[in-house]
Amino acid sequence: MIQIKDLHKSYHMGNNSLHVLKGINFDVKEGELVSIMGSSGSGKSTLLNILGMLDEADEGSYTLDGVPIKNLNEKIAANYRNKFLGFIFQSFNLINYKSALDNVALPLYYQGVHRKERVERAMHYLDKVGLAPWSHHLPNELSGGQKQRVAIARALASDPKVLLADEPTGALDTKTSYEVMDLIQGINDEGKTILIVTHEHDIAQMTRRIVNLKDGLIIDDSVVEQVRASQYV
Amino acid sequence: MFDIERWQEIFETLRKNKLRTFLTGLSVASGIFILVILLGFSSGIQNGVTSQFEKDAANSISVWAGVTTKEYKGLNPGRYIQLKNDDFNAIVNKYDDHLEYKSPFYTIWGGLVNYKNESGNYRIQGVLPDNQFIENADISQGRFLNHSDVMGAKKVAVIGNKVSQDLFKGQDPINQSISIYGINFKVIGVFYDPGGERDESKVMMPITTAQKAFNGGNDIRNMTYTVKMSDNFNDAVKLSEQISLGIESDIKEKHIISPDDISAVRVNNTLEEARKIYSLVDTIKAVFWFVGIGTIIAGVVGVGNIMLIIVKERTKEIGVRKALGAEPMSIVGMILQESVFVTMFSGLFGLIAGLGLLEVVGPLIESDFIKYPQVDFNTALATVFVLVFAGAIAGFIPAYRAAKIKPIDALRDE
Ligand SMILES: Nc1ncnc2c1ncn2[C@@H]1O[C@H](COP(=O)(O)OP(=O)(O)O)[C@@H](O)[C@H]1O
Ligand SMILES: [Mg+2]
Repeated sequence: MIQIKDLHKSYHMGNNSLHVLKGINFDVKEGELVSIMGSSGSGKSTLLNILGMLDEADEGSYTLDGVPIKNLNEKIAANYRNKFLGFIFQSFNLINYKSALDNVALPLYYQGVHRKERVERAMHYLDKVGLAPWSHHLPNELSGGQKQRVAIARALASDPKVLLADEPTGALDTKTSYEVMDLIQGINDEGKTILIVTHEHDIAQMTRRIVNLKDGLIIDDSVVEQVRASQYV
Repeated sequence: MFDIERWQEIFETLRKNKLRTFLTGLSVASGIFILVILLGFSSGIQNGVTSQFEKDAANSISVWAGVTTKEYKGLNPGRYIQLKNDDFNAIVNKYDDHLEYKSPFYTIWGGLVNYKNESGNYRIQGVLPDNQFIENADISQGRFLNHSDVMGAKKVAVIGNKVSQDLFKGQDPINQSISIYGINFKVIGVFYDPGGERDESKVMMPITTAQKAFNGGNDIRNMTYTVKMSDNFNDAVKLSEQISLGIESDIKEKHIISPDDISAVRVNNTLEEARKIYSLVDTIKAVFWFVGIGTIIAGVVGVGNIMLIIVKERTKEIGVRKALGAEPMSIVGMILQESVFVTMFSGLFGLIAGLGLLEVVGPLIESDFIKYPQVDFNTALATVFVLVFAGAIAGFIPAYRAAKIKPIDALRDE
């Protein structure tokens, strides 16, 4: 599903430049649930953002579902993001003046789906994350866990090939974190490819494969025995 | 632009952000509203002043005599100066080339006028036929005085509309006989005067008749001339100023009055007054336009500012939308469409509110100097579109820049 080869990325600030990714190579197959680990500042988010076409690499190749991702203009990148990817952010990034339902429906709006169908599909995904009764609430009327569920429903709404989650549990307490991980595991069980950035070991243990990042390089990449979150909920 | 889904998205955004929508709208609406009111009053002042001058011919020179206040050539002050027919004729002869209409006046203030059982006190004036044009009087029935009435000192009278209403109560006054201090006059005409009721409470008759009937001899109270207008307003002003000065010094010389006695003879030149007031009106108009344009500029800057703030505050939202698949131009389009819709809607609202206020309040204004304040609808509409257009331009730049920000940078924005 994802192939990256020799990926490099530096940030330039004035005269300083910071070499964050120093040649990343890794593949993700369809249906995997991968966690990217590493200490703060090791470049996890940078990698995920490049995978998400929110940012561009300086060097290296990236292929997503057989499509080479390079020389994208904004318009094509927007279309690819819309078609291929679903994002889950640490800070949820819901639009605060839109109801839960409208937030979930937004990616469908950019796919050109008509309103009636948008609402139906958004409702289906809200139901899937257990928030159907909250569909007309605004984000600030929801708890952190609920917000993240809405964000997950939104990421799923456009039926993307890959879900990218940057510290999805970073803003949540342990119990809520496990609830969210339970949801993510369920989605993965249905076959969706998911990448999660985290620096928490217990969260990483709930994925099926852990990629360890240090100083811009992958120092470890191993399959793990998945811990089911449901046992903690 | 006519994508219904897009409009739904925009209306929803506007509805969910009522305060922001309201504030943007308010600044635009109040700008246009103030502009409309300003332009309305500017035109009202113009109308008011213009109508002041419609009362009488705008290019007249009037001459009154009074009491001397200065000793001159051995004559004591306090001497009463009486204008005579000769004075009038001398001026006519001397300035004939430049004068158009001329009339002396022999006036009785508050003369008692009877018709059958009805009576009232009105101003009685002996005049020449030219006075119809000097006073801008309109004949509604019958005719005005003519040359033969004057030559024959006929006992005929032209009455003002008010007099006709008071005494005749809707009956036809023509050829009826009214009596003034017991002397009968035949009514030959009724006139309207743009000066209104005051100028229509008047009875006019030939000067010769008035002088005879009321023991006036050759006396006249005052006299008025109109100056032939040249095409150039300033030339006309200059000419009538010269004639005014000439008349004043002629009369002073004839009646042995000190040249610097300002109370014995008064010469009033309306064209000179008109020039002063018209230039005042021009100044007022310019000031109002200046303030108006300032208001528009403030409005444009305001809208631009609001757009800047809106875009700034929505940077993160824009990032989210882009992450979810919004193309940059759809972001620009969304912001512009919103701003154009809000400015247009509220601009038109301000326009209609302003026009409505002028419509309601305009007729209630009881001032001689403000009449029928109104605004050319197209001018006002044009200003709305200028504002909308400028708002769109002002909004485009930040919107475009926001759409260009990499989504990752927009998302990081707090
Ligand atoms: N836009 C940026 N400009 C400059 N430096 C950045 C930028 N984004 C991240 N960095 C730096 O790159 C390094 C890696 O950041 P990041 O990928 O966010 O790390 P992680 O997510 O693993 O904590 C950090 O040192 C961070 O300060
Ligand atoms: Mg990070």
